[in-house]
Amino acid sequence: MNEKRITIVENILNANDRLAAENRQRIIQSQTFAINLMASPGAGKTSFILATIQALLDEGVKIGVIEGDTAPVTIDSDKIQAAGMPAVQINTGGQCHLDAVMVESALNQLPLDELDLIIVENVGNLICPAAFDLGTHSNIVISSVPEGDDKPYKYPNIYRGLDVLIVNKIDLLPYIEFDMAYFQQGVEMLNPGLKTFALSCKTGEGLGAWLDWLRSKLAA
Amino acid sequence: MHELSVTESVLEIACRHAEKAQATRVTDIYLEIGQLSSIVDESVKFYWDLISKDTLCERAALHFKKIPAVLICQECQQKYQLDNDLQPCPKCGSARVRVLSGDEFNIDSIEIQRES
Repeated sequence: MNEKRITIVENILNANDRLAAENRQRIIQSQTFAINLMASPGAGKTSFILATIQALLDEGVKIGVIEGDTAPVTIDSDKIQAAGMPAVQINTGGQCHLDAVMVESALNQLPLDELDLIIVENVGNLICPAAFDLGTHSNIVISSVPEGDDKPYKYPNIYRGLDVLIVNKIDLLPYIEFDMAYFQQGVEMLNPGLKTFALSCKTGEGLGAWLDWLRSKLAA
Repeated sequence: MHELSVTESVLEIACRHAEKAQATRVTDIYLEIGQLSSIVDESVKFYWDLISKDTLCERAALHFKKIPAVLICQECQQKYQLDNDLQPCPKCGSARVRVLSGDEFNIDSIEIQRES
């Protein structure tokens, strides 16, 4: 009997990352742009998706939605299908996040070649989804004004590895103590130059800049 | 809850490398976890005992090496560690900083036993 130390130095989520790379390849080949939307419950993910769909629908953009839910409720995907878009629901069976395996099976159910944009709505949770690459082009977090301006300082890990940050519910700024400069300073410390869009899905303020960014990606 | 997925991945990686090395048993697993990677050690240990049963890794000890979050100030080049909350540069107060480490999330190594 002998003992030996074996050096590995492998990322713990390597298997997920490898599958995510395959998803990414597939999405790129079908000339579709895909985003992974993450947020706390109630930050406005579904409203944000609906506002985005409604704006792009008239322009002939074809959008597919992958919905992550922890329980088999279909309220969100029903709303999206009602807007005329193919939606695939993934019931994570209580898991707090989507992973690349779940997204792979959802991609199988979407007409990828016909779609211009795929929106993945991750499970409502800020901590867990951030660790799992899904193979989308952009990782997007929606923060909302009522959550407070101290979030980058209290939960710094979430703002690492993001491509776009949405600050939703800015129509509530007059009623809530939220120092946008303080919030953005924290974000800048963690993720310099992060593309940020402050908007309100309710009033539509600021949505234009987000949509322009998305259109530029779709045209690319 | 993502600790379960993480623990499963640790098991898969450790067993794969142990088999390749023709191990009869894995005794220790060394993990490197950056402060900016969110993981609850206790929760991983809890799942570990359940899922490592009847594998090469059964009863292997998990060792968590915490890698601190280290930032560098872009104004005065001061390097500093975070305690819990994100802080601007403690020397000059600037928020123009960059993260140098803290995102690590690796299996560093394993210790195995094998027949002579």
